[in-house]
Amino acid sequence: MSALIISRATKQYGSDEVVRNVSLKIEAGERIALLGHNGAGKTTLIKMILGLTPFEKGKIEVLGTAPGSKKARSSIGFLPESVAFQGALSGREQLHHFARLKSMTMGKADDLLERVGLGSAADRKIRTYSKGMRQRVGLAQAILGKPKLVLLDEPTSGLDPISRHEFYDIVKDLSEAGAAVLLSSHALTEMETRTDRIAILRKGRLVANDKISTLRQQAAMPIVVRVTTSAKKVEQVAGELGARRVNGKVVELTCLQNEKVATLSRITDLGDLIRDVEVTPASLEELYRHFSSIEQEVI
Amino acid sequence: MGSITIAQLELIVARRNMWVATSVFMMALFSVVLTLAGGATAGNLGVDPLSVAMTSITTLSVYLVPLIALLLSFDAIAGELERGTLALNLSYPISRGEILLGKFLAHFIIMAFAIAVGLGISALLVVWRHGFVDLSFAPMFRLYLTALPLGATFLGIGYLISALARQPGVASGLVIIVWLVLVVLYDLGLLGALVADDGGYFTNTIFPVLLLANPADAFRLLNMPEISVTALTSGLNAIGPGIDKTWLLISLLGWPILALFLAWIAFRKVET
Repeated sequence: MSALIISRATKQYGSDEVVRNVSLKIEAGERIALLGHNGAGKTTLIKMILGLTPFEKGKIEVLGTAPGSKKARSSIGFLPESVAFQGALSGREQLHHFARLKSMTMGKADDLLERVGLGSAADRKIRTYSKGMRQRVGLAQAILGKPKLVLLDEPTSGLDPISRHEFYDIVKDLSEAGAAVLLSSHALTEMETRTDRIAILRKGRLVANDKISTLRQQAAMPIVVRVTTSAKKVEQVAGELGARRVNGKVVELTCLQNEKVATLSRITDLGDLIRDVEVTPASLEELYRHFSSIEQEVI
Repeated sequence: MGSITIAQLELIVARRNMWVATSVFMMALFSVVLTLAGGATAGNLGVDPLSVAMTSITTLSVYLVPLIALLLSFDAIAGELERGTLALNLSYPISRGEILLGKFLAHFIIMAFAIAVGLGISALLVVWRHGFVDLSFAPMFRLYLTALPLGATFLGIGYLISALARQPGVASGLVIIVWLVLVVLYDLGLLGALVADDGGYFTNTIFPVLLLANPADAFRLLNMPEISVTALTSGLNAIGPGIDKTWLLISLLGWPILALFLAWIAFRKVET
């Protein structure tokens, strides 16, 4: 059974289609990045999955049941985009509260506080917490009770690099334990190595939904190859390869994914003329810009 | 079960944010002032000093209990909506009805505690000044038991406003306006109409219904002292006795249920 199946779901506010004909499937253990501009429909889609937002067309199944059903809610973990917990409570009190709502023991909640690195601050009031610590409280409640589907809306916004790193470690543990994880984010570069699949929403439509390598091929984005040579030979190398000079020692050329190997062998044929080669595939950011500008949707 | 969890958390938050202390302080302060002030006239009329104090406190409670209830409740839904915790709570296996009921339980306990402290202090003061002789405690218990549904009604109205306003700032302004209209202006309006009507159709037919329709007036009339003390009261109390007490009770007990039901309906329509 899939953790989440969205089929042709559409949500309208008046005549405005905020989510349009979106289909997406997530299996247990998969980590999916949901990307899109502000207002692309990411948060609306997440609220539809939670059963908080009713929608007009299509169907969503969470672990085989309807969104918002008791069963679905018992097995979902959710971290909202910007949540402000009661500052008057301590981290431990707040997490104990959520543990009671999920019928978990208080001991489990205490373990999670340690896991997210709040062990020593657990009894301080949340109003004294830094933004990163508050986000950790949010993450801890989202992974309470071994959820089978975890929805994280902009989870790393406002976190420093080390906190982000620790955060993705926890996400990795979650998926290894069999949870399906859907992460929405603006922070593209960190998603590249830490998710299994990328889904991109543009104006409510799903315009990409695949592994990064496949998306690269689909997008046919040029690969940039930079060749370093010596100052004396730079003109010669540029001529041989048909490349553009960047500075006194470096030339640059671009090729498509399927031309990469051929291009590299042309470069190595030059032998001693070459000191170094640097190959840069399209970054997720460029891919994202590419897919965000196309109109065609994927089903 | 979920309601109890919500109530537990609300009680901790209300205690930390000084809502409990504020409610108790307001009730206690006014009870002390009115008991001491009322004590002066009691001797002259030869009536039970505790009953006199309770008459004053009834008049006070008509204003204060709804105010405390509205202050406790206005943030309940709008505040959670603004902080983003409403969507989060609803992602847990708990319904909107359970959330509302949990908050109501907590706020009701706080209110009941504050009123009990106010009346308790008042009773202690009377006993301290006059001794135990000839004190009738029945009016005090009647006042307590009728103040609870009055407060519960305004808790429900507070939640209703909170759900409709969707922003804590708007909700806080609205509850003050609603308090003014329902508790202060309503009675003034009735008085004005009575004077203008001068014993005509309005006075005999519409007026009793309008008195019944307002839980604050039903509360006031139910706590009307016996004839001997009526002289101390003024305004609407003097006209009330024509209404059957059963209807007053139905009004007073029906309102909390209706108000909470309407709040629940409005809460269900709130999109997170």
